[in-house]
Amino acid sequence: MSTNGAVVTASDLRRVYGEDETAVHALRGVSLEIPRGDLTAVMGPSGSGKSTLMHILAGLDQPTAGDVSIAGTNITRLGDSDLTKLRREHIGFVFQFFNLLPMLTAEENVLLPLSIAGEKPDPAFFETLLENVGLADRRTHRPSELSGGQQQRVAIARALVSRPTVVFADEPTGNLDSTTGGEILELLRRSVEEYGQTTVMVTHEPRAAAIADRVLFLADGRIVKELPRSTQHDILAALETIATT
Amino acid sequence: MTKFALKGLFGRKLRTALTALAIVLGVAMVSGTYVLTDSIDEAFDAIFNDVRQGSDAVITGRAAFDLSDGSGSEAPTLDESLLERIRELPEVQVAEGGVDSESTVLVDRDGEAIVGNAPSIGFSIADGDSPFNPLRLVSGGWPGPDEIVIDEATAEKHDFAVGDTIGVQAEGPIQEFRISGLVRFGETLSTIGDATLAGFDLETAQELYGKEGRLDEIAVASSPNVSPEQLVTAVEAVIPSAAQVRTGERQANEEASETNEFIGFLRTFLLAFAGIALFVGSFVIANSLGITIAQRTREFATVRTIGASRRQVLGSIVLESLVVGILASIVGLILGIGLASVLFTIFDAVGFTLPNTGLVFNTRTIVVAMLVGTLVTLVASLRPAIRATRVPPIAAVREGATLPESRFARFRTLGSALLTTLGFAALLFGLFAPDLDTTALLLALGFGTVCIFLGLALLSARFIRPLAGALGWPATRIGGAAGTLARDNARRNPQRTASTAAALMIGLALVTLVAVLAAGITSTFRGSVEELWADADYAVTAQNNFSPIPANVGEAMGDVSGVEAVGNVRTGDAQAFGDQFFATAVSPELGPMLNVTWVEGSDDVIQELGDDGAFVDDGYAEDHALELGSRIELTFANGDTDTYRVEGIFDPPTGGSPFGPVTISAEAWDRHNENPRDLFSFVRMEGGQTDTNQERLDEAMREFPNAKVQTREEFIDNQIGALSAVLNILYVLLALSVIVSLFGIVNTLVLTVFERTREIGMLRAIGMTRRQVRRMIRHESVITALIGGVLGIVLGVVLGALLVARIEFIDFTLPVASLIVFTIATVVVGIIAAVFPARRAARLNVLRALQYE
Ligand SMILES: Nc1ncnc2c1ncn2[C@@H]1O[C@H](COP(=O)(O)OP(=O)(O)O)[C@@H](O)[C@H]1O
Ligand SMILES: [Mg+2]
Repeated sequence: MSTNGAVVTASDLRRVYGEDETAVHALRGVSLEIPRGDLTAVMGPSGSGKSTLMHILAGLDQPTAGDVSIAGTNITRLGDSDLTKLRREHIGFVFQFFNLLPMLTAEENVLLPLSIAGEKPDPAFFETLLENVGLADRRTHRPSELSGGQQQRVAIARALVSRPTVVFADEPTGNLDSTTGGEILELLRRSVEEYGQTTVMVTHEPRAAAIADRVLFLADGRIVKELPRSTQHDILAALETIATT
Repeated sequence: MTKFALKGLFGRKLRTALTALAIVLGVAMVSGTYVLTDSIDEAFDAIFNDVRQGSDAVITGRAAFDLSDGSGSEAPTLDESLLERIRELPEVQVAEGGVDSESTVLVDRDGEAIVGNAPSIGFSIADGDSPFNPLRLVSGGWPGPDEIVIDEATAEKHDFAVGDTIGVQAEGPIQEFRISGLVRFGETLSTIGDATLAGFDLETAQELYGKEGRLDEIAVASSPNVSPEQLVTAVEAVIPSAAQVRTGERQANEEASETNEFIGFLRTFLLAFAGIALFVGSFVIANSLGITIAQRTREFATVRTIGASRRQVLGSIVLESLVVGILASIVGLILGIGLASVLFTIFDAVGFTLPNTGLVFNTRTIVVAMLVGTLVTLVASLRPAIRATRVPPIAAVREGATLPESRFARFRTLGSALLTTLGFAALLFGLFAPDLDTTALLLALGFGTVCIFLGLALLSARFIRPLAGALGWPATRIGGAAGTLARDNARRNPQRTASTAAALMIGLALVTLVAVLAAGITSTFRGSVEELWADADYAVTAQNNFSPIPANVGEAMGDVSGVEAVGNVRTGDAQAFGDQFFATAVSPELGPMLNVTWVEGSDDVIQELGDDGAFVDDGYAEDHALELGSRIELTFANGDTDTYRVEGIFDPPTGGSPFGPVTISAEAWDRHNENPRDLFSFVRMEGGQTDTNQERLDEAMREFPNAKVQTREEFIDNQIGALSAVLNILYVLLALSVIVSLFGIVNTLVLTVFERTREIGMLRAIGMTRRQVRRMIRHESVITALIGGVLGIVLGVVLGALLVARIEFIDFTLPVASLIVFTIATVVVGIIAAVFPARRAARLNVLRALQYE
């Protein structure tokens, strides 16, 4: 695809909210590369620009300056229909609040991206996917009949079903208790191992970042540190050094 | 994606059903109209065909031009001797002559005339077994001399049986007949609307109608192997020029044509109201859908993030509304059948009974109702659907994301102000531009009104805050904290409140418009009668106030003791300058009784018309460049032609003229009309209006139960009474649109309660009682209704004033009492609309409401 196997590259991203005196500089020049098959975590204190970065990387928001490429395509200047195509082929999302459609069953929610794109699921793949996320016996339940953890499993399956180039997850455990959160993290990790699923996860929890192959630290709109796969302890220590500088 | 759309729809059953209701009523009205008019049509067709069933050809007198039903004019009669000549033709197997009359009034046991709005039909019956007889004997026998058969339904209703004596008033005073039998018309009908039937033997009928030795028609059956066309050709050779012959089938069509025209008019008239209800319904749909879509912002954003295109979002909403439209149309279609029966009943209740042989359900009804319902729903859904496509994917992750404003939001105020102005401009153009033809005029009015409604609906969002403030003031007084919250809630989303109120505004504007017109007509009419009515004490008209009555009623009045003078106004069809119109004729005694404003000619024109004088109204004089001394050639129904000299030109009073465009003397009129009829007769009596005088006239009237004596005040009230029957029909039909807008308010409130679930839970948690919750919703509903009501009433008055300014014979009068009633009705609409949503809101479980997302 692009240079040295990176599926997502960003160069010198800047994002300013508002104008003049009230302007907020959420990103002040972020460049990064997300290698294929890696789980990358983006960490940082609240308000450091994590979500903004993710939205821009995923084409949900436009940077004030800088460029983003996904699978070799510069997405910053794409029109709506090209962005739609990009989302269908290359991007999966996992949200903090699950964002399932209440009137559809678990199975229908998972299949929705395919049916939107007008594709048929590969039955074998789909069955193992449901098996893997632990939803095999919940497929006809509606979101309101599922626990938070189960809903997030549906959301993960929905992100994986179209085998996107990259999955973006924003605080996927932010709305779950710690046991359930742990299970979800395990599931995300497994998807990287088993499917080689490139994943970018935004989190402020060191425990979550500890499953990543690489951790990027964001502070005040800049990447200030990068760690390879680390323990929860090391990540916490790194966070503290950032906070004090 | 289809699944997404459909499941969403059925996941929101209540909301979907409420939205659909708005269109159901309009569609029901469309299908109801078709079912009703098709049924009437078929019933009448059956009647007219039954009448001519056994006739291969029918000979009638040839009128000089097409006569209108109930005008007072009749085609010339045939001489009885013609019948023999017809019978001699080899092509003729059987021929029978007959006479008939549409003013053969039966009299009930109390001496009162049995009259409805349908004709009182009387005719001769040659012979019970005659192939031309469309009647079937139910009991008794066919009539001989001084005998009568009447229809079973009338007999039953007024308690007559075979062997009883019944009074009949036709041309002369009441005559008594023995009922020889009861009959039924055709195979299926027991009644023709509420028409009464009276059958006599030929001689009795001729005498009763003053047609001794004359015939109105000859029915002919052909010999074997002679086609109706051959028969007609053979007959044509022997009949005089004042007669004509048609095949039985053509005669039936001819007789049905005026009725068919009426049915066509009724259909258009009712469809117009269906259109209004659908228009209001489209507002309700657009608004409900707009609210639902706003509430689903996050859902749309989410499907965008997982790859749905804008077009798919649009498609899913269009699909939803398609389904809603189709379902609503099906329900409406079925409801329409019920509505048709209801309409039959309503028309019956206001004294307008229609014949009914069972409901007729044509394919056209299904096609039109389905198409209209579905299309209106689709069109109404477009704006909200397009807004939904603008939801950006990022809204999926933003807390409390709202529907983005449309790109044209900035121009909304300006745009809606322009639209309103354009509407008024089109309206004024339609009303006041000279020489517009009717189609252009109606188009301009329709287009203008629609623009005004749309423009004001959008524009009013700007005025919701002050309006809700002012109209909500009583709520804050009565309702305490709940009232204040209600007022603030009504202001919270001005666009939404405005759209909800707009639907009601349309209905009320139209209702008010009707009231303004009615008040104008009523007061102007009263004014002109008061101005016109000079030296007369009583007026005589038909029981139904408008049918011309035989002239000998007026003559009989002249013999009543104490009567000084009787002035008659005759009426009938006539033709001049190639146009047909209702002409009038007056007796000289009328002169001093009426205060006519003469533009040209002396005050004594009426007394001095003589044999060849005429007077015309100033508009007619202008159209045909007439002045004193000009000649007018009048053609009468029987074909006679005579020339009259213009002796006077008058200025008709604003509220309507008692005369037609051309008036001659009664004496001259009677020379060309075999059975002259009077529209009114005025009576002057010694001593004026006294109880004794009234009694004497009433006594004389007993011989003529179809006519009645009225004082000036009674005369005015009776004439206006006919108008109020029409008004009541208009109000009932417009009420449908008001009901649709009521559903609109219910819709908005239910959706709002969904949306504010958490908030209501919070209010309950901090101590608001169920009662207060209900009160809050109720007041919000009343405030919304009042906004729509007040806007509608003001708009209705403005539209009414413009229309009245255009119509010469109406002056503007503010119908204060009606407006007060409408305002109260608006509050009632608000209260009713709130019942269901308020109950839902009050029933919310506090704990669950707080967790609701
Ligand atoms: N839509 C927005 N409008 C204005 N400011 C925003 C918006 N979104 C984020 N910000 C600001 O940008 C900064 C970064 O926010 P965000 O990316 O959400 O941080 P994080 O996800 O790390 O908590 C914060 O100061 C936040 O207030
Ligand atoms: Mg964030």
